[in-house]
Amino acid sequence: MILERTDYSTLTHWIPQGARILDLGCGDGSLLELLQRKREAIGLGLEIDSEQIEKCLDRGVNVIEADLNLGLTRFDDNSFDLVVMTQALQAVKRPDLIVNEMLRVGRECIVTFPNFGHWRPRLHLAVYGRMPVSDYMPYNWYDTPNIHFFTVRDFDSLCRELSINVLHRKFIGSSSGRSLSGVFAPIWPNLLTETAIYHLSR
Amino acid sequence: MKALIVEDQLFKHEAPFQLANGGTLPRFELCVQTYGELNDDHSNAVLICHALTGSHHVTGKYHADDTHEGWWSEYVGPGKPIDTNRFFVVGVNNLGSCLGSTGPTSINPETNKPYGPTFPSLRVRDWVASQYWLMHQLNIRCWAAVIGGSLGGMQALRWNVDYPNSLRHCVVIASAPSLTAQNIAFNELARQAISSDPKFSDGKFEEMNTLPEDGLALARMIGHVTYLSGDGMNERFGRDLREGSFALGTDSPLKFQIESYLHHQGKGFAQRFDANSYILLTRILDYFDLSRDFSGELYKAFEHTNAHFFVISFSTDWRFSPDRSQEIVDALIRAERPVSYVEIRSDKGHDAFLIKNQRYIQALTNYMKRVAS
Repeated sequence: MILERTDYSTLTHWIPQGARILDLGCGDGSLLELLQRKREAIGLGLEIDSEQIEKCLDRGVNVIEADLNLGLTRFDDNSFDLVVMTQALQAVKRPDLIVNEMLRVGRECIVTFPNFGHWRPRLHLAVYGRMPVSDYMPYNWYDTPNIHFFTVRDFDSLCRELSINVLHRKFIGSSSGRSLSGVFAPIWPNLLTETAIYHLSR
Repeated sequence: MKALIVEDQLFKHEAPFQLANGGTLPRFELCVQTYGELNDDHSNAVLICHALTGSHHVTGKYHADDTHEGWWSEYVGPGKPIDTNRFFVVGVNNLGSCLGSTGPTSINPETNKPYGPTFPSLRVRDWVASQYWLMHQLNIRCWAAVIGGSLGGMQALRWNVDYPNSLRHCVVIASAPSLTAQNIAFNELARQAISSDPKFSDGKFEEMNTLPEDGLALARMIGHVTYLSGDGMNERFGRDLREGSFALGTDSPLKFQIESYLHHQGKGFAQRFDANSYILLTRILDYFDLSRDFSGELYKAFEHTNAHFFVISFSTDWRFSPDRSQEIVDALIRAERPVSYVEIRSDKGHDAFLIKNQRYIQALTNYMKRVAS
């Protein structure tokens, strides 16, 4: 479940030139590499998986081996222009605490997450009565790293509770982006969005 | 693979050399080995700083039948992570050591006798200053990387503070920004082991024609225990017996494998290392504190540095624990310096930085690709 390159381009537009960026769960470092190239960003990634870390080192992305569940206490307030977390919020123990921490360490943050309110998982659960397994979320309920399932509406409500400003939102209909749901995702986001991208500030 | 054949070179500094303690060394020699070729624009030079009892003999063999290879042969050489086909690699024996460069066993030109215990006390910055002099002797303007493990990592760190424009990358392995109280305590145990050996004779053992072998061996045994992890030791030695038996009805002398191993390590070390040198070197290690000149704020030490940093620690290293490496990393992040960090899983304790480990090899290989580009 990796954010498509096409979706990275959305994110790229929101990022000012030369920004200092912290990427939580940076994976193989491809996003930071893109931002370093396109935006002259000064990037730092945090990652726990050793194979992914090797890939970051190989492509010249600075990476720190770290467990996100231990929090971001090592970072000073406002020490980054932007803190990014792509497709990992659903896998951390306390998404609410992480989002708060992201907005302490960074002036702004960008999170992307899979929307469980999409019609397909809803239909799957309604028809089969079992937790959905798809190409997009290919895990069984017992072995999935995704321990929180939430929807676009749930996340909007979290932002209100935590008094977080939503600067931008972008809804991606399907991973290919060419289907009908892709076209209508902005109109019925909670039903038609597979991946949501939020740009947040305090 | 064909063995790398290496030789020692001596670089002589004939003028007096100012030391951090206010004194001077009337002159000194550095014993050096180099591997690979310096490229046309002199941009591929890598300095390897050694740990406490290491030397300039980083890799390779002195001759084809040599049974011993340099101390970091797994990581430096043709096709190795620090690839001598690509880099011009320099190993230098530190001042104060007894393995080639000027130290307590050298002749003091003012007395025409060995320095012995009168060799001036040194600081890590003196080593770095002597390496800086060597850099110019080798026609190098800027190191592609300065790399060191343990005490070598402290030298690599110091380079950034004293000569920030003379290195592009800094690789700090199993190191720390300063020693902990516990660490100093272990060094003091080692020094006491040496000085309480009657044959040490206040360091004048050479004049007395004796050798404090027992004290030096004990010092090394203490040190060696701290370089291993408890689990690693259990895995390798367990409670296995070298001699004797626990069978009921017998009363033979018993010796555990671990005892025999430590005795062997201690004895070998006592024969190849100088006691005054060991005391001097452990003191240099104790005195090092990168934040001291920066009112105890480590991040300030990095504010005027220009290198890219790569920090490596090992999970079971309790002498230079991952937490100490993370202090370096956190200070670098706070100073907004570029840094990468990995913690390698290993049961080999502090010694892990010398031992073959697949992930360590991969991480260093990948980082060195960046150094080369």
